[in-house]
This record gives sequence, structure tokens and C-alpha cells, in this order.
Amino acid sequence: MKQTLLSLSKLSKQFDDRKVLDSLDLEILDGEFITLLGPSGCGKTTLLRMMAGFEHPDEGSITLGSQDLTHTPPEARPLNTVFQNYALFPHMSVFDNVAYGLKMEKRPKPEIKQRVEEALAMVQLEDFAKRKPHQLSGGQQQRVAIARAVVKRPKMLLLDEPLSALDYKLRRTMQVELKRLQRELGITFVFVTHDQEEALSMSDRIVVLKDGLIQQLGTPREVYERPANLFTARFVGETNFFPGRVDALNDDGTIIVDVFGLKRRFRKPDFSVVKGQPLHVLLRPEDIRVLAPGDDDGVAGKVVERNYKGSTLDSVIHLTDGTEVLASEFFDEDDPTFDYRLGEPVRVSWVDGWEWLLPEEPAVVAEEETVDG
Amino acid sequence: MSRWLPRTYLTLVYLLLYVPIAVLVVFSFNDSRTGYEWGGLSFRWYEALFNNRAMVQAMWNSLWLALSAATVSTLIGALTALALHRYRFRGKQVLNGMLFIVMMSPEIVLAISLLGLFLMVGLQLGYVSLLLAHVTFCLPFVVITVMARLSGFDERLPEAARDLGASDFTMTRTVLIPVIMPALLAGWLLGFTLSLDDVVVSTFVSGPSYEILPLRIYSMVRVGLKPEVNALGTLLLVFSLVMLMLSQWILLRSKR
Amino acid sequence: MGNTLQQPFRTAVLVLVWGWLLFLVFTPNLLVVGASVMTRDPSTFISLPMNLDAYRQLLNPLYLDVFLHSLYMAAMTTLICLLIGYPFAWSLSKVARKNRLLLIFLLIVPFWTNSLVRTYALKLILATNGLLNNALMAMGIIDEPMQMLYTEGAVIIGLVYLLLPFMILPLYTVFEDLREDFLRASHDLGAGRWSTFIHVIVPLTLPGVLAGVMLVLLPAMGLFFVPDVLGGSRNLLVGNVIKNQFLDARNWPFGAAASIMLTLAMAFLMFAHRLSKRRIGEDGV
Repeated sequence: MKQTLLSLSKLSKQFDDRKVLDSLDLEILDGEFITLLGPSGCGKTTLLRMMAGFEHPDEGSITLGSQDLTHTPPEARPLNTVFQNYALFPHMSVFDNVAYGLKMEKRPKPEIKQRVEEALAMVQLEDFAKRKPHQLSGGQQQRVAIARAVVKRPKMLLLDEPLSALDYKLRRTMQVELKRLQRELGITFVFVTHDQEEALSMSDRIVVLKDGLIQQLGTPREVYERPANLFTARFVGETNFFPGRVDALNDDGTIIVDVFGLKRRFRKPDFSVVKGQPLHVLLRPEDIRVLAPGDDDGVAGKVVERNYKGSTLDSVIHLTDGTEVLASEFFDEDDPTFDYRLGEPVRVSWVDGWEWLLPEEPAVVAEEETVDG
Repeated sequence: MSRWLPRTYLTLVYLLLYVPIAVLVVFSFNDSRTGYEWGGLSFRWYEALFNNRAMVQAMWNSLWLALSAATVSTLIGALTALALHRYRFRGKQVLNGMLFIVMMSPEIVLAISLLGLFLMVGLQLGYVSLLLAHVTFCLPFVVITVMARLSGFDERLPEAARDLGASDFTMTRTVLIPVIMPALLAGWLLGFTLSLDDVVVSTFVSGPSYEILPLRIYSMVRVGLKPEVNALGTLLLVFSLVMLMLSQWILLRSKR
Repeated sequence: MGNTLQQPFRTAVLVLVWGWLLFLVFTPNLLVVGASVMTRDPSTFISLPMNLDAYRQLLNPLYLDVFLHSLYMAAMTTLICLLIGYPFAWSLSKVARKNRLLLIFLLIVPFWTNSLVRTYALKLILATNGLLNNALMAMGIIDEPMQMLYTEGAVIIGLVYLLLPFMILPLYTVFEDLREDFLRASHDLGAGRWSTFIHVIVPLTLPGVLAGVMLVLLPAMGLFFVPDVLGGSRNLLVGNVIKNQFLDARNWPFGAAASIMLTLAMAFLMFAHRLSKRRIGEDGV
């Protein structure tokens, strides 16, 4: 069992009239890769800046082990940050950038030289020590920023959307690189991003934030497969929400739910249900099965969009009652029925047991349609 | 559109801009007294210039005034730019507006208003009044130059320095000042040149105790032709050219 | 946000800046306004009672003539600068980037050179037995020297020479921003060359034109040393009148009133400039 490294307790922060953090509690474990995920304005960056010491909470405390850091200035905290646009000092060489933190500690020169060289070797930039930041590519600047932050051997590395300025391909490479570094160094990474794909692929745990409140805290798998609420379900990946109504409660821990007139048998969810209660049936696009119009399973609809994605074929299907369904099927050239034309009638079904049930929520949360993934 | 038409046109206008300057430079080496026809190569006007004690004194005065005005206005201007950039305070728009008005208003209006002020508070017209006036009209230019640099300044840089263990003072010394240094130098050079070139404001706020070069030239060129002015003008031209090249070099180097 | 510089420091900076501007900009300008409504007094410069005599004096035919003549010369200067500067800036914006930097450098060299000295250089050329007359006579175009110095034309030439870069630089900025695709779009939509110029190029470059006019017209009324060197006593600028009233005639109220007129002209031009910029902004460019 990992130990708690940093605990955030009852953190609140208000900017003008807007509550950015609302009595937030979070324990960050030693050596984990934890991601703060959420749309812009959810408080993730403020939270990170509070850990670094650039913002101070109105209420609450931050403790590292037994040390209270709440009002410690940034220069006295044993944590370092990798900034969004790297914030490399433009007037210093790569070497001087990386050495800056050690010079501040007044380390002896030979030690600085050795440690900077080690750090640069770690990010494969040994040969670039004499260059200025503007002579480096985006990816190289990113590596310098990381080297500069880890050379001080911090207890924790804070990364503020460090990959957002890179193009897609480089971003994927850097994701792998960051994971490798984290394993090798064994230090805790706190990673801020609005990119759910990045969060899912890199993290040990994900904190989903919205309006300064934690929506869900869990492993990537938990967050994706068992979202705690509609917001998380919408924000992390694409989801079909089907309206359901509890038709019957069985003794064997299952319930019967009416979805589009189909009576399906589901596992009983964690929340309490009563007969006649409306609820949401969540199905990821890859859980959907598209069947031929002659099939007796599923609901009738017609294909309105087909997008070939290489390994998958993504379609949008309009059901007869107007509901839009996203389906993502693995490409199968041997299946003759696979290729539907636009406008063609089909039936939509899914494999029971892959669904996830959520209760109805107050209207405020359901309005969050504009959130982009 | 044909290519040679714009080119010919550009060349023509540049020619018109530079012919008077070229004439001035050539005539500064002219031995002839009348100054209209070529009388052979000579440095006599340069000699006359440096043998004129009052003239040399005016040169030093001007140089000292420009140095001090540029330095003071760079200091105040840089602090103003920093304040405008970093702080939120009441009346920020008013401050901005006042600087803008100073920059845009006709020099002569600034000149008479300052003259009125100095007479009202009983300030002896001389070095101090000149310095105050010159700093005032240089100020907005320095502020703009430094602001331009600051607006491109990554707000995360000071934070990165703090994050790596620098105190506020160390951060200012090792990061903030080096990064805005090119703008400070450019602003300083601009202030220096503006001060050295000013005739309008100086005419009003200078006194007999402190004669400066532009006013001396002014009194010389009002009537007739004075060949020494050619020599002086050439020297000033070379001097500004060096200053300008210096400032461009600084700016270009900092952009890299 | 701003907590990297400490509070006492912040206070000190703000006090310094505000103090400077209040003492050396705000108070003096207030003094000028005050002086303009006072009575002339040769010994103390101004005295009570307050009246509008100074403004009435502006309408005195003697001065009105000088002002109108000054305005005429300033307007001519501005027009000539615009006529030379507009095609110049346009051509400049089309030059390859590398050469363009050098050309702009060459344009601002004169700006960094003492303007009095440059005015004097014109005198060498325009004098009765100066270079231009000699050259024209040598070429046989004229038989005897023309009077060029101490004329209205000489003053306008001097002002154009000093102020041309101030017209070109703002124009160049708008031409540089004028994207080629606007022009292509206009041609694509069937507009001819002339109609593109009238409907696309002129409106988009208007803020630059007004900025240039602002930077040229006002100094062209204030640069009193140009007529002093090139114009003789009959071609005075508003600046000469103000200077004479303050330094020689000691009629401060009148000089102050004249300079307030100049300030009002500046305010009007700034307003027009702002308006033209807003219009482009609202058109969604």
C-alpha cells in the first residue's frame, strides 16, 4: 500500500465572485501518477498552482508529510513545476536553464555540472547544452523543461498541461517518455490536462474536476467504465445515453429495465432503485452492435453517417424516435453485412452486461451539453 | 503590376530624402567660405568647431543633458511600464491616457505649459528645468518600448524562477531584468536621441546658464549660411547613425 | 498575480509616476487653460480679471490671416506627404522581407538625425546661389537664379522633408496588415482594380492615413524653426505666433489661447482616428 505524500484538505478559493475550488479534499500518494482532468475553468490549474505555491487558498491546508506548506512561498517547497509553455529562460543556455535551480541551492560547481549533465542525458539532450531555448524544437524545449524541474530531485513533479503545445504525434511520443521517466525516477507526478485520452493512457489515478468539486476519483478504468455521474460519463470518452425505466426488481440481484420498449435484464446498480423509476442506460459506442434490418433483436433505425477510421468504422444511427446513437465497430472484412450504406435501415442492440446505469440528476448537471471531450 | 515602377519610385523618394544629407556631409569638407561651390578638400570647419570654446561647452552640455534625461526617463519609464503591466490600480486608464497625450500633443504646447510651471514655482531656467522637460517628453516613448517587450513576456518566467528556488529579489535580478534589458537599452537610446534633437521644448525652458547644442545651432542657422554647421551636422549624423545601429543590433539580437 | 513585487515597492512606483505626471503634465496644462482666460500683464505675465479677450484676439484679421496661412501650409504639407507616402508605403510593403528591413532602417535614419541640421541642409540647396539654382542654370533651364528660399514653397518643402517618415510609417503598418487574400477575394468577387482600391484598400488603410495625418498636420503647425530657417518673416506658423507671444511680446493669454486651439485640433484628429479604427473593427476584420 502506498503512503500519502501530499494531503490537500478543505481547500477553497474564490476569484472575484467565482468559486474556483470548493472545500476540496485530496490525498496524493507517494510515487503515483495522478491526473487532474476537467474542462477549462474547472479549477485544475488553480489546484496545481496552489500545490506549487503560486496561489494561496482562502481556506484549507496543504501538508507534505508532517510539514504544513499552506503558506510556504514557492521557492521553499520541495516540489517543482513543468509549465505549460515550458517557461524556459530565453537569455540562458540549456545548461544554465537546468543549472538554475541548483545554483539557487548554492551547490558546488562540479556537482552542478555533473547533475545537469545527468539530467540532460536522461532526456537525451546531452549534445544541446550550449544551445539557447529558441534554437530547439518544441519537443526538445519540453525535455529541457522536464530536466530543469527534475534536476532538483523534488518529492513531486507538477505538470501543467505540458503537452498541449505539441502536435499529435509528438504528444504521443512524449506521453510514453513521461511515463518512462516517472517509473525511472520513482517520484510522484501530478499532471493537469483537459485531454481525456491523455489522462486515460498515462495515469494511475484520475481526478475528474468540475466547478471546483471532485466529480470522481479512480483508476482510468473505473472512470471510463463506471462513471460516477453524467458529467464524468460525458466528459470522458463518448457515450450513448438511453432513457430507461425500471420495470421490475428481481431477487437474484438483477433488474428489468424498459429501454425503447425492449425489456432488458441488467445488474442491479449501486444506487437504490424502485419500480417505475426513470434512469440512464449508458453504452459506449464500442458496446453497440449494428444488426441487419431483418434481425429480431434491437431497435429500428437508419444510418445517417459512416466514418471509416482505419481500425474501426464509426456510424451515427437515428432511431425511429429520433434518438441519435453512436456506434464504433471493429473492421471485419469477412462480414458481408458489415458495410451499411447511408440511409439504410438497421437495428441497434448491445451486449447485456456492458451497460452502466446512472440515476436521473437535477437539471443543472444535465445542461452540460457544451462540454467538449 | 510591373515590378520596376514601385522600385523606381522607392529609389526616387530615398534619393530625395538623402540628397540634402549627402550635400551637408560633402560641404562639411569644403574649403570654400561661401559654401556654394567646391573649393577643395579641407577640415578647417571641423577645426573651427573644436576651437570654439562656447561650442565645445554646448556640446558637452547637450551630451550630459541627453545622458541624464535618457537615464532618468528610462528608470521612471521602466518602473511605469512594470506598474502598468503588473498591477491593477485605480486610474490606470487615466495614467495611460496622460502618457498618450504627452506623446501626441504638439511639442510647443508642452513647451509653453512647462515654461508656465517653472516660472510659477520659481525654478531658475537651466539644467534642472531642461532635465525635467526632456524626461517628460521622453517618458511615453520609453514606457511604450518597455511595455511592448513586457507584453510579449511570458508570465510564467518569474514563476519558474521562484519554483526553482529563487527569492523575489534573485528572480528580478536573474530573470526579469535580463529579459527586458533590450527594451531598456532601446528606450534609453531613443530618449537620448530625442533629447539631443529637441529644439522646440528647449527653446522655452533653457536659460543663459546652460547653453545646449541645438539652440546654438538654431541661433547660427537662422540667418545666412555657416559652414561650421555642416561639420557639426556631419558629426551629429555619424553619432546618431552609430546610436541607431546600436539599438537595432540590440533589438535584433534579443529577438533571436 | 502581481505579488512578485512587494507592496511598498508598488506604492513607491505609483507615487513616483503619478507625482511626475501630475506635476509636469497635468498642472502645466491646467496653467495654460488658466492663462488663456486671464488678462495680459507685461510684468507678471498674467493678471486678473478673467476674460475671453485672448480668444477674441484670435479672430483679429491680422492673426486670423497668419493662422489661415499656417493652416494652409500645414494642409499642403500633409497632402504632399500623403501623396508621396501612400504609394511609397504600398510599394514598400511589397518588397521582399529581407530588403524591407533595410529600407525601413534607411527611412528612420533621418528621424534619428537632428532635424535642425536637416532643415539647414535644405537651405544649402534652395539658396539663391545654392545647388539647385546652379544646377538649373547649368542645364540651361533658367537664365537667372530663382527666389526659392524665404518663400511659402520653401517652408512646405522643409516641413515635408522633416515629416514624411511620420506619414509613411503608420501607412506602412496598415499596408503590411492588408492581407493579399482580401485583394484576391475582391478580384474573385468580380471587382476591378479601381473598384477594389476604392472599396477595399482605401477603407482598410484609412486608420493609417488618419494616423499619418495626425502625426504630420499638427507638427506642421508647430515646428517654428522651419519658417525661421527657410521661410523669412512672411510665412509664419501657429508655432511662431505662440513662440513670439510667449518669449517676445509677453502676451501669455493670447499665446495660451492659440495653443489651446492646437490642442483642440489634436483632440479632433485623435477622435477621427479612433472612429475610423472602430469602424474597421466593427466590420469584422
